[in-house]
Amino acid sequence: MPTNPAVIAALEQQFPNAAKSEYRGDTRIVIARESAPAAMRWLKDLQEFDLLIDITCVDYLNYREEKPDRFGLVYLLANTQNNDRLQVRVFLGEVDPRIPSVVPLWEGANWFEREVYDMFGIVFEGHPDLRRILMPEESTAYPLRKDYPLQGRGERHNFPVLTRAKS
Amino acid sequence: MAVDLPENVVISKLDELANWCRKNSLWPMPFATACCGIELMATGASRHDLARFGAEVFRFSPRQCDLMIVAGRVVMKMLPVLQRIWQQMHEPKWCISMGACASTGGVFDTYSVVQGIDRFIPVDMYVPGCPPRPEQLIQAIMDLQDRIQLEGTIRGEEFQLQGRNATKRALVELPILGQAPTWGPRFAEPSSNPK
Repeated sequence: MPTNPAVIAALEQQFPNAAKSEYRGDTRIVIARESAPAAMRWLKDLQEFDLLIDITCVDYLNYREEKPDRFGLVYLLANTQNNDRLQVRVFLGEVDPRIPSVVPLWEGANWFEREVYDMFGIVFEGHPDLRRILMPEESTAYPLRKDYPLQGRGERHNFPVLTRAKS
Repeated sequence: MAVDLPENVVISKLDELANWCRKNSLWPMPFATACCGIELMATGASRHDLARFGAEVFRFSPRQCDLMIVAGRVVMKMLPVLQRIWQQMHEPKWCISMGACASTGGVFDTYSVVQGIDRFIPVDMYVPGCPPRPEQLIQAIMDLQDRIQLEGTIRGEEFQLQGRNATKRALVELPILGQAPTWGPRFAEPSSNPK
């Protein structure tokens, strides 16, 4: 279901550099990194997108189409009053990707942002507890980046071997 | 020298007596991490009824178990746990690797999934299948019972044999994208149980 056109019109007026597209009935907005915090606050407070469904990320390394930057951070928002849905995308560069956290707006963003940090290495500034959530704490890699080998860098067989004699 | 024995006395070897006791009271440790665990539960439930083989008493403490059934994929965060549980089990102990994932990693050829638990702990029986049917697991338990009866000793000397201690597969992973693994050991070796 496309997002309410009035919301999109207001958003484009408020943030002129936002690029809107539609795909199979879903509205997507690409917002520049600089205006992203203000836009998220505006969507939450004034447009009442009160539910953050998910935060995820796409690595566009070697993607077939040209993209503004390497990482596409995806915020899925919903308005529980009128069932409006909106996808917000923010592109981040390859070197030291950072973005302000949205935990102050949506409390549920806490673990989503930890997961994106764990898998892609994107740092969320102001996050209350930015630790790895799935990988072991001592790991140094970001496994869902496209330049990370699918079979890992030896993590899965880097253990002592127990034999009958040892155990 | 003829010895008069009453009819209710049977003579056997101590080894065989121990084997007979051990093989008919295999208490499994259900290390069930994935869908194989559902088949493991089905094996213990009434239709397949593992109690027929004396192995129905699933215990959730490794200190009460002597058969570890690893049912499902083991990821690299889980493997130190698996090794610790294996070390906490009392001897004599056996291990069944149930299903494709526990035996080889299965379809999960990814950075986080251990490609076969036999690389890191000793395994006595492998059960193929994805997941195996309960009949297959029962067959593995019956085969293990036969093996215990055939080669067991009361002091567990069969575990000291050279072939039992040999690691079954090459521990060297195939080179990834033409590169050798670059990481050093990250996990300290688990300390063994106090003697």
